[in-house]
Amino acid sequence: MSQIHVTTKINGDTTEYLCDPEETLLDVLRDRLALTGAKEGCGTGDCGACSVTVDGRLVCSCLTLGAEADGCEIDTIEGMADGEKLHPLQQKFLEHAALQCGICTPGILVAAKSLLEKNPSPTEEEARYWLAGNLCRCTGYDKIIRAVMDAAEEMRRAS
Amino acid sequence: MPLDDQTPGQKPGEARQFKVVGTRPLRPDGIDKVTGRARFGADMSAPGMLIGRVLRSPHAHARIRSIDASKAEALEGVKAVVTRADFGAGDDDVADILDNCMAGEKALYDGHAVAAVAATSAAIARKALKLIDVDYETLPHVVDVDAAMKPDAPVLHEGLSDETVPDGVSQNVVHRVEFGHGDVEAGFAKADKVLERSFKTAATHQGYIEPHACLATMGTDGIADLWVCTQGHYMVRNTCAAILGIDQGKLRVTASEIGGGFGGKTTVFLEPVALALSRKANRPVKMTMTREEVLRATGPTSSTSIDVKIGMNKDGKITAASADLRYQGGAYQGSPADMGSMTAFAPYDLENVKTVGWDVVTNRPKAAAYRAPGAPMAAFAVESVVDELAKGFGLDPLDVRLKNAAREGTKSSYGPTFPAIGLEATLQAAKDHPHWKAPLGPNQGRGVACGFWFNFGGDTCVSLNITPDGTVTLSEGNPDIGGSRASMSMMAAEELGIPYDQVRTVIADTGALGQNEVTDGSRVTFAVGLATIKAARNAKKVLCERAAMVWGIDPEAVEWADGCARPAGDNAGKFPPMSLKEIAAIASNTGGPVAGHFEVNAEGAGVSFATHMVDTEVDPETGAVKVVRYTVFQDAGKAVHPAYVEGQFQGGAVQGIGWALNEEYIYGEDGRLQNPGFLDYRIPVASDLPMIDTVILEIPNPGHPYGVRGVGETSIVPPLAAIANSVSEAAGVRMTDLPMSPPKVLAAIQNG
Ligand code: FES
Ligand code: FES
Repeated sequence: MSQIHVTTKINGDTTEYLCDPEETLLDVLRDRLALTGAKEGCGTGDCGACSVTVDGRLVCSCLTLGAEADGCEIDTIEGMADGEKLHPLQQKFLEHAALQCGICTPGILVAAKSLLEKNPSPTEEEARYWLAGNLCRCTGYDKIIRAVMDAAEEMRRAS
Repeated sequence: MPLDDQTPGQKPGEARQFKVVGTRPLRPDGIDKVTGRARFGADMSAPGMLIGRVLRSPHAHARIRSIDASKAEALEGVKAVVTRADFGAGDDDVADILDNCMAGEKALYDGHAVAAVAATSAAIARKALKLIDVDYETLPHVVDVDAAMKPDAPVLHEGLSDETVPDGVSQNVVHRVEFGHGDVEAGFAKADKVLERSFKTAATHQGYIEPHACLATMGTDGIADLWVCTQGHYMVRNTCAAILGIDQGKLRVTASEIGGGFGGKTTVFLEPVALALSRKANRPVKMTMTREEVLRATGPTSSTSIDVKIGMNKDGKITAASADLRYQGGAYQGSPADMGSMTAFAPYDLENVKTVGWDVVTNRPKAAAYRAPGAPMAAFAVESVVDELAKGFGLDPLDVRLKNAAREGTKSSYGPTFPAIGLEATLQAAKDHPHWKAPLGPNQGRGVACGFWFNFGGDTCVSLNITPDGTVTLSEGNPDIGGSRASMSMMAAEELGIPYDQVRTVIADTGALGQNEVTDGSRVTFAVGLATIKAARNAKKVLCERAAMVWGIDPEAVEWADGCARPAGDNAGKFPPMSLKEIAAIASNTGGPVAGHFEVNAEGAGVSFATHMVDTEVDPETGAVKVVRYTVFQDAGKAVHPAYVEGQFQGGAVQGIGWALNEEYIYGEDGRLQNPGFLDYRIPVASDLPMIDTVILEIPNPGHPYGVRGVGETSIVPPLAAIANSVSEAAGVRMTDLPMSPPKVLAAIQNG
């Protein structure tokens, strides 16, 4: 079984890798590229812990093949902060104590960022439905939703 | 030198004025967690690492006649295969744990581990598993608790019942417990009404988002290292050492960041297997579970069957109460039937009370602790009957609970007499809250329920070191599962009188501290907090001595206040205060580095109570239930970091919502789990829920210097009952079977 050569841009940097045809993008990121911010909570597309964007589209990297990423731009949690400056969502998650264990946090942040790019002023209901694919077992989502709404407001004010 | 519980200037009996405790600083591990660089169980790797995978039984109950792994061993890339034959007999104490990690004579449930492989890649390991031949003789199985108790039920283990078990029930009944006082029959005879109801609850899983994972390295000399996501790395060390027959001191365990546990990571599953594979291959071995493995082979809670009987007078006074609680704990003994029996009536001051609990084994994965183990199901049953009786008499359910509420001096249903407790405060707060008066819409109902949890203490070690520049590092031995490093830094800062950001708390590995009980029983903020405060006091003693040395006065004449050593009163002499930084800078010249440590088996945890209030709306067409409003009222003793206290309240409530409405282990006729994935085992998602409002009550725990009580577990005790009471009101029919999934609610409505 020969491996596939893939060229992508990950968080803005051109990245090449070899992967097996059946290998998921999540496994590539975690095991080949040491980008362990995306987590495997289920491997079946049900928890959102592995969320990344591919060409700006929010996907479960556990359901995407590594080979599919050829020629694509991938953004992961590792690319969310701008140097030492946290993204407003990251900052608001800290301020609102929107994480307890933090295993869901990377996926939820990536998903929330994608929400705010599409819809800068979501209602609470829209935020809840957008994030319905991201499981959090610790928080009951209350502080997560508050953090997202607060970040949205701050980003609107800043823009 | 006054180093007691009071701040300088504080009068005896006056509430302490806190500077740091009670504020909401950012957590020290926060940036790591929002940037993706925090390292969880599966995020570690090692040079030359192999990947381990487990072969699991497809049968609910089967004798293992033989295992032939020769074909797997011959596969290129496979470096080790282990079966039970690779483990010694092990200590008796860990016999069940070993058997659960790797089956011996029998596979006892669908998903039970029977062999494991370490290979150079996950793909090769998976392929190797398919090459292992296991010859099974399938046996009849049983998964339901009531069926398992019948005399003719298939038996999992011969001769397991102990002397508490009466004749006439199956050998699957391991143990029977009884609690209570007074004469329940006499009490029932005095009641205006006696109500008896039976309840069932399905097994649920803790549902932590991070599957179990570890990385083991073990050499032929028996020296071993383990990286693992766990609620207690000291427990992992001791258990693995006992299973593998090595010295505890030779195995160093480091706790990774932990992606949720809720009790499910208070035991071992992969860890001894990974060590055994590593020993055999002489290479590091990483193992992670898939979600399917997590659901099939780890932690669910007990499914239960409970009968409750309560006698009440017209004025709402309970005259007697009894319950029979049957908990299946999966394939091995140890269901939380005992804790269910102890907690069932704990919120009430009862003259006559009796509970009987039954620990039953079935062909299911061994139940692990789940947040207040055993208590939510018991509360569901009891609080449903209290509610029905109250409403039957036309009484306010909160008034009825207040009338019967346990308070300081109450002899609890499980024995001890309560010191100062917060139940009445939560009930009163609930009664005074706008939620209680708010109008309900069509098809809506409002439910309330109370819950209780003991809270634990236990073995705890803390070491507080002062660096030469006067900052503080605090080492503790309990994995931080929801912000406890922040709380420890806050308590150390409070005690030392320095800013929060001057203290960094780390979770030390097992080589660095003495024994620490696992992060369970809501013990950490209480017990580790207590040890932190005492360690800081020990450090302050040394700091005062150093200042006394510099000033040439008696150490007893120095006191510590606001981050500085000061002469205690005018007689001690006039010296400008010496700050922590100043003393740290000269530590080397005044006797050496300054540290404080504290080791204790912490007692005085302080029980905790909560009252929950919930509005639900039932769709009469489909039976679907929507939670529309939820408020938690809980006693925290003293909320060290209120945001994380609220988080515990909210998280517990929502896990309870899942348990009440959706979550259940579904077994087929063949005894195999039908829904081992997050698609079919459905935990609450953001769009299912409203905001979860919280009210923190603070009735200080006399057993903690700052009054802290554990808060993590009590919050899951009331929701099952509160939601059932609410849905029963909305649907107009009493719901007694969890989860209240749409088909069940619809059937209940249609059958009236
Ligand atoms: S790991 Fe991809 S959705 Fe759960
Ligand atoms: S914070 Fe633990 S799963 Fe979300």
